[in-house]
Amino acid sequence: MAEDTDPNAPWITLAGMLPVAITAALFIFFAGYLPGIAAGDTVRWAWAWIPSLDIALSFWLDGLSLMFALLITGIGALVMLYAARYLAGHPQYPRFSLYLFLFMLSMLGLVLADNLIALFVFWELTTFTSYLLIGFSHADPKSRRNALQALLLTAAGGLALLAGFILIGITQGTFELSVLNAAGSLSGDAWYLPILILVLAGAFTKSAQVPFHFWLPNAMAAPTPVSAYLHSATMVKGGVYLLARMHPSLSGTEVWLWTLTLFGGVTTVFASVMALRQIDLKQTLAYTTLMALGTLVMLLGGASGYAITAAMAFLLVHSLYKAALFLMIGVVDHATGTRDADVLGRLAGKMPATAAAAGLAALSMAGIPPLLGFIAKEVAYAGAVQSPVWPLLILFGLTANALMVAVAAIVAWRPFFGPQGQLPRPPHEGPWAMLLGPMALALLGLALGLAPGYAALLVEPAVNAVLGAPDSGGRLKLWAGFNLPLLLSGVTLALGLVLYLRHQSLRDRLIWLEARVPDLDAGWDRLLEHFMAAAKGQTRLIQTGRLRHYLFATFTVIVATVAVTMLARGPAAPAPSMGGLSVREWGIAGLILAGTLAVVLTRAVMTAIIALGVVGIGVALIFIVYSAPDVAITQLLVELLVVVLFAVAALKMPPALDPEGRQRHRPADAVLALLAGSVTTLVLLMVTSLPFDRRLSDFFEASSYAEAYGRNIVNVILVDFRALDTFGEIAVVVTAALGAFALLKSVSKARTRSGGAEGDREDRA
Amino acid sequence: MNSIIFSAGARILVALLLVFSVFMLLRGHNLPGGGFIGGLIGAVGFIVYALACGTAEAKAALRVSPEAIAMVGLGIALSAGLAAAPFGEALFTGIWIWVGGDSYATAALKPNTVLVFDVGVYLVVLGSIVSLACAFEEEV
Amino acid sequence: MESLTALLVGLLVAASVYLMLARNFLRFLFGLILLSNAANLVIFAAGRMTAGAPALVPEGASVPDGVIGNALPQALVLTAIVIGFGLLAFTLALTFEAYRRLRTLDSDEMRHAEPDEGKTEAGR
Repeated sequence: MAEDTDPNAPWITLAGMLPVAITAALFIFFAGYLPGIAAGDTVRWAWAWIPSLDIALSFWLDGLSLMFALLITGIGALVMLYAARYLAGHPQYPRFSLYLFLFMLSMLGLVLADNLIALFVFWELTTFTSYLLIGFSHADPKSRRNALQALLLTAAGGLALLAGFILIGITQGTFELSVLNAAGSLSGDAWYLPILILVLAGAFTKSAQVPFHFWLPNAMAAPTPVSAYLHSATMVKGGVYLLARMHPSLSGTEVWLWTLTLFGGVTTVFASVMALRQIDLKQTLAYTTLMALGTLVMLLGGASGYAITAAMAFLLVHSLYKAALFLMIGVVDHATGTRDADVLGRLAGKMPATAAAAGLAALSMAGIPPLLGFIAKEVAYAGAVQSPVWPLLILFGLTANALMVAVAAIVAWRPFFGPQGQLPRPPHEGPWAMLLGPMALALLGLALGLAPGYAALLVEPAVNAVLGAPDSGGRLKLWAGFNLPLLLSGVTLALGLVLYLRHQSLRDRLIWLEARVPDLDAGWDRLLEHFMAAAKGQTRLIQTGRLRHYLFATFTVIVATVAVTMLARGPAAPAPSMGGLSVREWGIAGLILAGTLAVVLTRAVMTAIIALGVVGIGVALIFIVYSAPDVAITQLLVELLVVVLFAVAALKMPPALDPEGRQRHRPADAVLALLAGSVTTLVLLMVTSLPFDRRLSDFFEASSYAEAYGRNIVNVILVDFRALDTFGEIAVVVTAALGAFALLKSVSKARTRSGGAEGDREDRA
Repeated sequence: MNSIIFSAGARILVALLLVFSVFMLLRGHNLPGGGFIGGLIGAVGFIVYALACGTAEAKAALRVSPEAIAMVGLGIALSAGLAAAPFGEALFTGIWIWVGGDSYATAALKPNTVLVFDVGVYLVVLGSIVSLACAFEEEV
Repeated sequence: MESLTALLVGLLVAASVYLMLARNFLRFLFGLILLSNAANLVIFAAGRMTAGAPALVPEGASVPDGVIGNALPQALVLTAIVIGFGLLAFTLALTFEAYRRLRTLDSDEMRHAEPDEGKTEAGR
């Protein structure tokens, strides 16, 4: 990314600063609700959207959505400011700024939506905007591929989510989350399990739980501000938000507890081990994000006040330190031109502010007192020891946290104080616009750690919202006394330091190991390949390029649907009544029969054309006898014209039709033709046996002369009652005529130009 | 078909068919006939003429190109439909004006948009089909 | 007469489907003409058939006298006939141009847009 940018270009532009200003204003707007929400209020805004389906565009602000809204707008404003400087001079920067702003709005809509359908729409909007952001470097095929992977995976999860939401709407009779959550748990519902599976499918893909995790590290193809914002602080937390939001409705069952604990736990451990394996610092951070998401899911599996407080506190602290660290990596990358963990070193002297921000954020990540990260970890351990599945939680938590300590050191100690390799560029301190974000977020982690009461102001209303009932509170304390969680923290720290000291040899072994386990990312590519191959095979099967195959399929479908409908819904087929028919009628029928048979059987084109004329005259005779003089005249004239046109055209085409006796498909065609004929006959017999509704006919007969002053009712219908239809029809006639005219003329001109074409005309005497 | 008798007869036949087609058009509101039938009859007349004397002569007798006739007809039909708007009626509603009376029965002259619309239909059908037939005759 | 018409329509549809499935494009066109006739008859017969009473309001009266032929399907069929003719003329022009360029009327051999992959025409 950095190579497209120009550090000397002006970076304070309207495209960059307007979104920053709006986002900051939104942050202040939401911060204004903080005291009220902390006191237990909620706010709801609603507009009718699709009233017929009981879908409203409604928003609900409570403790949970407020915390998310503040994180989204607060970190959003800082990241947008950072991006303006980071991408200064990039030709596509305004596009980027627009995408980022749209993403921010979608994310805000997602966490504020009260209506499930609205939530889904915003959910997919975040998927879509993040696709545009991941694929921002669209000239790079890898970037495009990774963007598409994220899109397909999260959009597929989103569709499952929609199905789950619709099931909720059908079984519970409401789409409003506020109503649903107040009604309590759905666990007694017969549809609970399908709903849970569908919702979890959406949440787990969005929040990148194993085995859907692989898109998240790939999404790091995006510019660094995007990674900092989407893939640490906001979008990937969408799934976590959903689990927290629906906690009152869906939690409290064994399935919920075990599914979330296992998926979250496996993701946590897997991700923290993988984080140690990475060389690119951005990839390292990507895997720690995965680890954090796993931890959050694991904690949300519980239902105790401790577990949820731990989840919310960890969510807050993670958003702060992870965004800070990502932004810091961007500063380092910008300044030195590399993110290689083995090359970066001894930057502290040249980049003191960056080093300070990185250090504070990393201390929070490692859970060292007195930072907020320490408090969150203590509460998590306290929650874990009380959980019914405590051995699992302690095991997962301890492993992951120890690895986090090691990773924190790799990310924030080594580049600034460790040994230095060959840097592409001499390091220099970053500009203030890029330092403001990491600095502010890192300092916030420290300040909230020192004064946990302010953190509680944000966290406790959220906890109450997730639990659906007021919690006792007061769990966020810097010093909780000598207890089991403190001991666990000590063990974590010691273990983490050992891991850091040995991390390079560990990394080599992990790389060795990684080559020997199945690669889901490559599996994804194979899946897509198979998918395309299947599509290609299907196309080859269905799209044969032969007209008669298409027609055969079309007629088969028509015959089958009509026949099935008729058998299932239609009245009993009446017997044809042939009474009261004179010689006249039989004569006409015989004429049509003879003409039709001649057309089918003859091999001479001229005979067929004449036979067609006979059929047409037979049909015209029916119109004459049965009171339709206008139609009959039209039919006769058109029949005449058809014969003329065909005769003219046939002069230049082969006079004989091909014999069909040896064509293998004709018997099957004949069967289908007979079926089509029988079905049409039966339908018409049924229609004419039903009582006739004369309302329209009565109207036309009564008003033709009285209102339209015409005695020929057919003509009055054509030019007055239904004149608009007639206008459309004559327009079709003009179009068809001009089309045929153009077709014949243009081709003839082309032939004349190419020259010598006259010779290949075969003239027939 | 370059028989002198045929081409001489065709001229008379065309004149007769054209008169007949206008007759069918005008009586269409009260008796079998109308724009579609009139247009078809007129087209048959010109096609007979084209077969007898060649398309160039048939087109010369028409004076304007058949495609233009069709488009003008479409425009006339559309104007007749739009004419309802100034009268505050829905589009394509028939508008009647009584001259020399105050109802259909008493008025001497009864200009109306319905007949104008039917004339448009007549010209569309006539122009389109003559154009088609000439194109086939010339190119095929 | 509705019953007899139903049988005739069945005959016309069967013949037209059979013709439209043929490989020769002219046969397809013949089938199209028959199908258009059949469709017109279906609309006409579904509106019930009345012999010898055109849909006219007699001179001097303001409403028709007694039972008359149903005018609505007649109006629909009348325009359908003219439009059917337009469609047919266009298809005929298309057929003729296709024949002039490709020198064949066999729709299986008209593979300009979708060439056969690796197959030869010998197998047919």
